[in-house]
Amino acid sequence: MIEAHHLTKTFKDKKRGLIHAVSDVSFACQPGQIYGLLGANGAGKTTTLRMLATLLQPTSGSAKLAGHDVATAANAVRANVGFLAASTALYGRLTAREMIRYFGQLNGLSDEAIRARIKLLADELDMHDFLDRRCEKFSTGMKQKTSIARTLIHDPAVMIFDEPTLGLDVMTARAIVKFVRDCRDRGKTVIYSTHIMSEVEKLCDVVGIIHDGRLVAEGTLAGLRARYGEQDLEEVFVKAVGGEAAVAAALKN
Amino acid sequence: MNWNNIVTVYLKELKDSLRDRRTLISIIVIPTFVMPALFFGVGKIAAGVVSKAREEIPSVMILGGEDSPGVAAELTQSKKLKVVPMAPDWKQQISDKRVRAAVLIPPGFEAGLKAGEAGPVILYNYEGELKSGFAVNELEKFFRELRDRTVTARLAERALPATLVKPFEFKRENVAPPEKVGGNLLGGIVPYLIIILCFTGAMYPAMDLTAGEKERGTMETLLCSPVPRVDLVLGKFLMVLTGSLSAMLLSLASMGISAVVAGMVFAGGAGAGKAAGAAQGGAGMIPIIDPMGLLGVVAMVLPVAVLFSAVIFTVALFAKSYKEAQSYVGPMIFIVIMPAVVGMLPGIDLNFRLALVPILNLSLVCKEMLSGVWHWNFIALIFGSSCVYAAIALSLAVRMFNREDVMFRA
Repeated sequence: MIEAHHLTKTFKDKKRGLIHAVSDVSFACQPGQIYGLLGANGAGKTTTLRMLATLLQPTSGSAKLAGHDVATAANAVRANVGFLAASTALYGRLTAREMIRYFGQLNGLSDEAIRARIKLLADELDMHDFLDRRCEKFSTGMKQKTSIARTLIHDPAVMIFDEPTLGLDVMTARAIVKFVRDCRDRGKTVIYSTHIMSEVEKLCDVVGIIHDGRLVAEGTLAGLRARYGEQDLEEVFVKAVGGEAAVAAALKN
Repeated sequence: MNWNNIVTVYLKELKDSLRDRRTLISIIVIPTFVMPALFFGVGKIAAGVVSKAREEIPSVMILGGEDSPGVAAELTQSKKLKVVPMAPDWKQQISDKRVRAAVLIPPGFEAGLKAGEAGPVILYNYEGELKSGFAVNELEKFFRELRDRTVTARLAERALPATLVKPFEFKRENVAPPEKVGGNLLGGIVPYLIIILCFTGAMYPAMDLTAGEKERGTMETLLCSPVPRVDLVLGKFLMVLTGSLSAMLLSLASMGISAVVAGMVFAGGAGAGKAAGAAQGGAGMIPIIDPMGLLGVVAMVLPVAVLFSAVIFTVALFAKSYKEAQSYVGPMIFIVIMPAVVGMLPGIDLNFRLALVPILNLSLVCKEMLSGVWHWNFIALIFGSSCVYAAIALSLAVRMFNREDVMFRA
């Protein structure tokens, strides 16, 4: 369960002054559901998700994940969250097994539990071939599998995916999409950010369109299509953010 | 704060660092091999150059002295000097190192000497040039002896005793124990080397574990774990401290071993004349260091190693990339070298004000301890103040680690 209430984040920038990266964003996501956060680059997706993962503190507003408040119980939130982003890398000089075990230890699991869990995850993700090789020499697909195993080692109730398919080849991206769906089917609460329309269509139960730090539209795919009178999700998106001009203006910033 | 977490982070960082060639070179290879090699190599070359300069028979030029053939002939016969024919460009020749020194014998020198008083003899040398210095020393010795002989002859002529002009003799003798001599000769340079190695040993792990992790994207991964930030900082910090201390201890151990080995080698080959010379040169460089003093130095360096580790960690944490961290941390070495060099200078002694200056106080107290002097009040003050500085730096590192604008600097 994820509940965000009026999440706001501002940064100070020497040249541009106060920047409102995220303004007043509220939404909720239930277990067994995938909430898709759709937005252009720089719309505020990553900042929102980083606040949910307690990597950043909200300037104002609050959020609860699995019943824990991000501001007051950050460690408890992280213990119940698996965070996977294009920017969360692996330790190159560790093997996949060492990497996964390290995060098991950091999550306070016993050696025995870690061993059992690694076996299970390696079976599921088909990782046995490269489990004892160093991550620096991995292909992107192997890296992504290892990262997934890393986020799942403590079997978190909430999964946060920040553009997990960024820069991946088609096959690896497909595998990730399938994996995200599996997470939902097991009853996890999933939030998924992307700017790729087809992934949203394939995955998301609820879609939030974020633009310039604000949540401008929210609903099921069918609901959004009906509201904006467009079948194509890209057209829905452009209408929701206020037309072509708004998209162009946002990109300039 | 949870020790299990700290140990988990530390052990992972240790494993990771031991697989990193850059870190390995800086905390193990350089202190073990390069520093002693540099130390003894440079020492040996310096000793070799000096003894070679001593062996050389310097060329000197006599200016004037046509009417003093006796003195000129005596100079020419001297085995320690080689007189070359006079040339008008003698100054240039001294500058060009073709001639080491020149002597101006004033007109009518011998005649004047016989009559009672002669004009002054002027010696020309190139100040600061080692070989020119040796040459002018020889010339000076020659003329001092000539003067002494003249005095003796005059006293004899007048049937006066030699004690009239030299009523007593004096000489000096060393009472300092051998450790004290070692302390003075190397008391400055050993703490200096230790301070530098402590710093460079901390440098690479500190940059790799902070800016390096940010650059590679693993910092964000690590921050996703439920471990409290302070545990992450302390685990990482312990690894940096390990680097610093291992660099220092390894270099001390390897310097100690090479000192013993070099001593045995030189002592074993002392039979032949040449080897005896080498042994003398070697003995000058390999001092007897008081082991208690060395132990004291290691104890005093501990809080400073903590200080270095925490400061470099904090500075490197601010950087976005390894390269950026290098450009911040690199110049810091000058800040470390300056007080260390000042401490190495002879004549600067500890007082209460200097005892509070970080690094300089360490350098000074180490010099004292290595020469067998134990000022316990200063030692306590320096150890205490170093601990306070280290604690401040460490808490600063924790605070920086908690700042999201530092950890996620765009």
